[in-house]
Amino acid sequence: MRRIVFAASLAALAAAVPAAAIAAEVPTPLRQSWSFAGPFGTFDRAQLQRGFKVYREVCAACHGLKLVAFHALAQPGGPGFTEAQAKQIASEFRIQDGPSDRGEMFERLGRLSDMIPSPDPNEQAARARLNGALPPDLSVIAKARGYDVGFPRFITDAFLQYQEAGVDYIFAYLTGYENAPAGVTLPETQFWNKYFAGQRTAMRPPIQKDQVEYTDGTPQTVEQYSRDVAAFLMWATEPHLEARKRIGFQVMIFLLVFAGLMYFTKKKVWAAAH
Amino acid sequence: MSGHSSYQPQNRLLRWFEARLPVGWLIHSSFVAYPTPRNLNYWWTFGGILSFMLTVQIVTGVVLTMHFTPTATQAFDSVEHIMRDVNYGWLLRYLHANGGSMFFLAVYIHMFRGLYYGSYKEPREVLWILGVIIFFLMMASAFMGYVLPWGQMSFWAATVITNLFSAIPIFGKGITEWLWGGYAVDNPTLQRFFSLHYLLPFMIAGVVVLHVWALHVVGQNNPTGIDVKSDKDTVPFTPYATAKDGFALVCFLILLAWFVFYIPNYLSHPDNYIPANPLQTPPHIVPEWYFLPYYAILRAIPSKLIGVIALFASIAVLAFLPWLDTSKVRSARYRPLFRQFFWIFVICCIGLGYLGSKQPEGLYVIAARILTAYYFLYFLVILPVLGLIERPKAVPASISEAVLPKGGAPVAAGAAAPDRNG
Ligand code: HEC
Ligand code: HEM
Repeated sequence: MRRIVFAASLAALAAAVPAAAIAAEVPTPLRQSWSFAGPFGTFDRAQLQRGFKVYREVCAACHGLKLVAFHALAQPGGPGFTEAQAKQIASEFRIQDGPSDRGEMFERLGRLSDMIPSPDPNEQAARARLNGALPPDLSVIAKARGYDVGFPRFITDAFLQYQEAGVDYIFAYLTGYENAPAGVTLPETQFWNKYFAGQRTAMRPPIQKDQVEYTDGTPQTVEQYSRDVAAFLMWATEPHLEARKRIGFQVMIFLLVFAGLMYFTKKKVWAAAH
Repeated sequence: MSGHSSYQPQNRLLRWFEARLPVGWLIHSSFVAYPTPRNLNYWWTFGGILSFMLTVQIVTGVVLTMHFTPTATQAFDSVEHIMRDVNYGWLLRYLHANGGSMFFLAVYIHMFRGLYYGSYKEPREVLWILGVIIFFLMMASAFMGYVLPWGQMSFWAATVITNLFSAIPIFGKGITEWLWGGYAVDNPTLQRFFSLHYLLPFMIAGVVVLHVWALHVVGQNNPTGIDVKSDKDTVPFTPYATAKDGFALVCFLILLAWFVFYIPNYLSHPDNYIPANPLQTPPHIVPEWYFLPYYAILRAIPSKLIGVIALFASIAVLAFLPWLDTSKVRSARYRPLFRQFFWIFVICCIGLGYLGSKQPEGLYVIAARILTAYYFLYFLVILPVLGLIERPKAVPASISEAVLPKGGAPVAAGAAAPDRNG
């Protein structure tokens, strides 16, 4: 019985192979060290500002951040722009608004209360522009991606507070482009990325060395750009991460002290048991 | 619970009120003077923890509702609006989402406690069945709550689960479309799930009242499983149980806080942060962790209809447990054979949970079938037969005899005894 089932599942597997064509095993993204990891993690403001620059000059051509408001850029726990800077940044974007009192839609300059706009008016427009591919909105991307960490890691991660699977994946994806293996010819519109599920991604390697100018002497490499923009996307996904961890620590201290007091209260009460 | 006279408020106004509606008496007799067995261990603190968690879910849920928009086009974004723009919205939502998980963790411990110490046996059958009803309502509530953020997993979990009803012969299709309010999971489904998700917790609260009432009629079971025989066997609820429950609750809150503040997305699936897309099925559709054992049972069975029946039967069988277990001895402490089968059952449930998270293929399916078989055999064959063939160990004459040292003054010794048993 077992042999039959096993053979049957092998047969099913064999049948499935041509459909998947040559797709190598997706490697597990490497765990990077991030400033925002761990119980006391905080964002590195300079890194977020660099990451935002990469986003604006490169990724924004295809990806929106429609859940992130410009005012958030000046919020505590974020990239640390001043309100004036955030206003300036907003005003460099054009926002569709309307209808006006004449019933027409119009464009105006962005304000602090606007969301960071998407480059295409709708999904169809994006697909038409990009050979049928759809670049996802990146507002929650660091929570919307991850990878299966497997046993026993998925247990130890709960104790080690590993919550960076998404951002590790983004970094891996941005740096995971390779030449397609021998025997695989890709159409013009597909690119071989070892970390992407199925390895054929529709996103052209988005960034080259020295493409974005860093004024603080940080190396202008693809790896550094990827690291910075991934960190920025983590912030965009979890803008209150710093407050969460800070308050969390206070709550923990309070609860531990409270638990200690409760323990001794309980001991005292029961010691007097008749 | 010994009559109105046991509680007399000092304050005149309160006395006036008490004579007209004895609320004070009710509270005093249920949560102050109420006698609890003196040997309860920490497994008995989960009832209090569960009541607290229900309150947490209701309070956070009511506030979330103030900012949540239950429509297919806006639900996802409104949850993110809560996370970003509402003051402490991230805290409310992470508390509610992880609170749901911790609620289930607590209820599972609470139920295994009952299984181990035979708390479902005479005279606690009604109490137990009310518990099964609460559990069922909790599952319905949590399932519908999971649909609300309208991510990919929300949408596809709703699709998979509502589709189960289509397995019913003849009426299946009609019932499913009636549940959907259309021809697929869509806006009407979301809206009705939201309505029910708001309603069910209050129904749970109602059944919890009955559950506690039934408890106070028959009294608590205890680790020895033997009945309370004299006052020496009990201590008053306050301060004894209150102090112990309070300590356990704070410890439980540390666990909850760990999840909420440090790993808030550990228990959720990344796909649920992708907005629902009816045209794109995710590669793996998995429910929340607390449904995984049932999901494994469902998929272990090749026939959809029988799978669905097995799924519902796996919960319904619990309601018949008081009559399936034929042993007169309650506590596993005195049932050596039962104890072994019990622990195998616990491992079986955890194993089913693991298999529920895997693709139903190859050896995983075979393992899921074996464990599903054990799940049902445990209730339908092992428990009935064990009671007839097992020779239980000698049961102590009374709780105080079991926990207080012989001949010694019970004063100080009695104090430490419950811990020794815990
Ligand atoms: C020329 C347009 C374009 C630019 C510029 C671009 N992307 Fe993309 N991106 C895409 C497309 C198209 C996809 C969808 C890929 C697919 O589904 O195969 C995508 C997908 C992604 C994904 C999701 C991958 C997954 O696992 O589904 C991430 C993350 C991403 N891009 C990040 C970035 C970042 C960061 C930048 C800037 C450094 C960037 N992109 C620049 C077009 C672009
Ligand atoms: C039995 C108690 C309850 C359980 C087990 C429960 C469970 C859940 C779960 C699992 C979610 C999905 C969380 C997510 O992934 O985002 C959810 C969402 C939600 N629940 Fe509840 N809930 C309970 C009580 C309530 C009550 C009483 C209310 C309202 C009065 C409520 C209102 C909401 C709202 C508005 C959402 C959507 C927002 C969100 O997704 O965070 N819940 N619930």
